[in-house]
Amino acid sequence: MSSIMQIIETYAGMLMGALGKTLLLTLLSLVFAMVIGMIFALMNVGKNRVFNFIGTVYVDAVRGVPLIVLAYFIYFGVPAGMKAIFPEFRLSALQAGTIALAMNCGAYMAEIIRAGIESVDKGQMEASRSLGLTYGKSMRLVVLPQAIRTMIPSIINQFIITLKDTSILSVIGFPELTNMGKTISGNTFKSLETWAIVGVMYMVVIVTLSKIAKRIERRVNRGR
Amino acid sequence: MEDRRAIIHVENLKKDFGKLEVLKDMSIDIYEGEVVVLLGPSGSGKSTFLRCLNQLERATAGTIVVDDNVITDKNTDINKVRENIGMVFQHFNLFPHKTVLENIMLAPVELKKMTKEEAKAKGMQLLKRVGLDAKADAYPSQLSGGQKQRVAIARALAMNPDVMLFDEPTSALDPEMVGEVLNVMKELAADGMTMIVVTHEIGFAREVADRIVFMDGGYIVEQGTPEEVISHPKEARTIDFLNKVL
Repeated sequence: MSSIMQIIETYAGMLMGALGKTLLLTLLSLVFAMVIGMIFALMNVGKNRVFNFIGTVYVDAVRGVPLIVLAYFIYFGVPAGMKAIFPEFRLSALQAGTIALAMNCGAYMAEIIRAGIESVDKGQMEASRSLGLTYGKSMRLVVLPQAIRTMIPSIINQFIITLKDTSILSVIGFPELTNMGKTISGNTFKSLETWAIVGVMYMVVIVTLSKIAKRIERRVNRGR
Repeated sequence: MEDRRAIIHVENLKKDFGKLEVLKDMSIDIYEGEVVVLLGPSGSGKSTFLRCLNQLERATAGTIVVDDNVITDKNTDINKVRENIGMVFQHFNLFPHKTVLENIMLAPVELKKMTKEEAKAKGMQLLKRVGLDAKADAYPSQLSGGQKQRVAIARALAMNPDVMLFDEPTSALDPEMVGEVLNVMKELAADGMTMIVVTHEIGFAREVADRIVFMDGGYIVEQGTPEEVISHPKEARTIDFLNKVL
């Protein structure tokens, strides 16, 4: 027990800093993932065959590749491939990490949003179109507001998965929480204590976030 | 009758769903102020025909002209034409995330036909007309089926349409609520609205329709006044159908 306190005393600042990095990476990825998810979901629910195809290929491709491989590909592979044209091109671990996570999370998000849109009764779109509203306006004003309600639990779930997935990006050297755990356990030779602390830190954040999310969910569902 | 303007002109309309031919060859003119009731067995193509009139179903072949716009032409701005065609659905299709008044105000405000204040005033006036001004701030989930359908009618009227399409407006209602919806429709007809109604309410058809169109198998079998078609049908299929429903 005393060694846990010792580690906390010595490394508290670094651990909190690393947690901050984890949250930063999560947040950035989620913002981009929402945009990516929305774009590909809309491609998939529309009637345009070319867009459908692009949307399906994206989702299948990204979901078919492990996140760690995607991260290596973006961090090492892409700059290597661009060497001939842009020899100076490099991606920071944060940039590469954000891209990899956003692409990954975006593919799952696309599926969540697509399922949400498809869960809305077809009559809603028809009623809106029959009034003269365009497809885009009908989607934005009538279908999406209803879809979001059914999507919220799945989106929260995906947010939590993405937060946990940031740990995978320790492999490209981004100094997030898991990477910091590696450093500390290497320095102190106290694996059990270090990883227990790191685990609890993840847990506290995730449980807090899901509690907040539950509250939001309840508020959105009110007046339905 | 001859110098009345045909508000809808349909010529050789065909509609397939894959291999299934639902409308085989339909031609009809509908005149301003006319109330036309479409009768026929299920699967005869009545609803599909109605949905072709505002291109919720795209016609496979043929020509449909609404208010001088050839809506079967791909270059026609269908959204503009739809502003003048109100539609009422079997399952109401009210927007559940909006209040009754917001449901009615949405299209006129979004399409810049009215300011928010104008749309609100118009909405309240329409709600009064269908007897639901007290429910302006309620959500659709708080209404009965009959009330929902009356709101749906008010919503369609908010755009000041030239034509109203009714797709089995009372089929999803409990029997005791059918009357209130039909009454609103009767008043609308009395005010001179052009209406095309798909319904199984023979009594309503007899009382309100200027013309009955009997459809079967994707064709118009017989048409005429209620007296002609309902009381003295000529075609065997019409007689057979009426024997079953009356």
